[in-house]
Amino acid sequence: MAATISEKIFSRRCGKEISAGDVMMTPIDAAMIHDITGPLAINKFREMDGRAVFDPAKIIMLFDHQVPADSIPAAENQKFMRDFAAEQDILNYDVHEGVCHQVAVEKGRVRPGDIVVGCDSHTCTYGAIGAFATGIGSTDMGFAMKYGALHFRVPESLLLTTDGTFQHRVGAKDLILSMIGDLTVDGATYRAVEFTGDTISTMSVAGRMTCCNMAIEMGGKAGIVAPDEVTRAYCADRTDSGWFDLAPDEDASYVLEREYDAGDLVPQIAAPHNVDNVADVTKYEGTPVNQVFIGSCTNGRYEDLLEAADVMDGRKFAPDIRVIIVPASRTEYLKALRAGLIETFVEAGGIVEAPCCGPCMGGAFGLLAPGEVSLSTSNRNFRGRQGSTEAEVYLCSPATAAASAVTGSITDPREVA
Amino acid sequence: MRIWKFGNDIDTDAIIPGRYLTLYDPKELARHAFEGTRNAFSREAAEGDIIVAGRNFGCGSSREHAPIAIRGAGVQMVIAVSFARIFYRNCIATGVLPVICPEADSITEDEPVTLHLSEGYLTAGEIRLTVEPVPAFMRKIIDAGGLVEYAKNITELELCTK
Repeated sequence: MAATISEKIFSRRCGKEISAGDVMMTPIDAAMIHDITGPLAINKFREMDGRAVFDPAKIIMLFDHQVPADSIPAAENQKFMRDFAAEQDILNYDVHEGVCHQVAVEKGRVRPGDIVVGCDSHTCTYGAIGAFATGIGSTDMGFAMKYGALHFRVPESLLLTTDGTFQHRVGAKDLILSMIGDLTVDGATYRAVEFTGDTISTMSVAGRMTCCNMAIEMGGKAGIVAPDEVTRAYCADRTDSGWFDLAPDEDASYVLEREYDAGDLVPQIAAPHNVDNVADVTKYEGTPVNQVFIGSCTNGRYEDLLEAADVMDGRKFAPDIRVIIVPASRTEYLKALRAGLIETFVEAGGIVEAPCCGPCMGGAFGLLAPGEVSLSTSNRNFRGRQGSTEAEVYLCSPATAAASAVTGSITDPREVA
Repeated sequence: MRIWKFGNDIDTDAIIPGRYLTLYDPKELARHAFEGTRNAFSREAAEGDIIVAGRNFGCGSSREHAPIAIRGAGVQMVIAVSFARIFYRNCIATGVLPVICPEADSITEDEPVTLHLSEGYLTAGEIRLTVEPVPAFMRKIIDAGGLVEYAKNITELELCTK
């Protein structure tokens, strides 16, 4: 039977033909836990009489949400996880490597064709290299750590085809925002979102991660790109295995198919307080901002920081705003450092923090006061997401964030550089 | 029993803000449930209350703190037009019953709700509304009293590879 990418991955894993709608206990290839959801998962693992995790080498552990510990409870949680890692012989990246999703992919802990669960909704990011990856809660994670398997319902899929070449200063973030605007915040609920077309074929893994990362913002269970030469080149230095032959069959069945033209797209903004409240940047041009955040698992990679610095073109940030830049990982930080980007940001008046989730989840630092406005390259603009429920969060690309950081208000990056 | 009505797209940041995720105790989490968006909930919600919501309830983060906070406040059942996937699953795992009711919008805060899950309907005052059945594998987890109890009673895992 003709199969989608997800059906192919589950069929290969189970050794028999699997179709959308099937429910079965499926072995997993990796499980990710971090400092926020990890302690609860460990507690649940113990409550389930868990003694030893199914395979220590398949547990990805790190701390990224509140690092270095910003409170005594956070410090206690991290200590609790460190002790667990030592007891179970799990490699713990601790506070050293950066944001979970970037680290899992860049360290080769996730491979094309893998079935991966993570205690974080943006686990769907790993679909950028052709893994079926989905976010789960802590109790499900306790189960997964004990048994190395979990109940899965194989999702139906959406096929989103994008052809054409982006205009100058338009990119992956604008594309995924426009797709969410089109399909709405629950347009892909319980479904896998397949990204394909010329635009995706020529897109870097960084851009594909941006797209897959936000599949959850339309309710998607997974976002996924079929592995190709771009994937092979990316994975070559990172892992020596994986299933690359996963292109969907031509007559595979999709519940919804959509076509997009990258050439028509202009910079996009998701306005408060839903991610599908999307419009062209021109609609919000001139809106004053108090804080700009460039970073996160969505847009904290070297490519994103390079784009931001390029848009700045030697200019300083507007004097009355805070500009917070947080590379997504130590590796990406070093790349930016060696390329001189960090110096550019600091010279311009920016605040560069060590790799972590930063202001995205409104927990650690960079919180907003009532009435303040944030422009952010992250993935959520929910009410209260970055601090006060009376604050506003707008989402955009790194180019739009940088252009706006220079002017102090929401700005079309095509007008600046 | 009090009915707490909510609209569409209620996200898990609204249910429990990110700054409280170092907490785990259900009662402590309940003190901050819907903080800033529905402050009366944490003060007044009591055992046996029911949340009734529109589309896409529980969207966003995978934080299990959300259903734990709701449960800590005394709510054992959430009735919604539709649920976000991870939240739905987290409810089942933690002992909050998620009930999909396509016409949940017609339930008011003024009339008591009685669920007849096996028969596939609920009553809200005089009206009777269809509810969707819970998938079979999830029913097993609910019947066991949550995923922890279900896991404890597994003697042999029935893997798809067998």
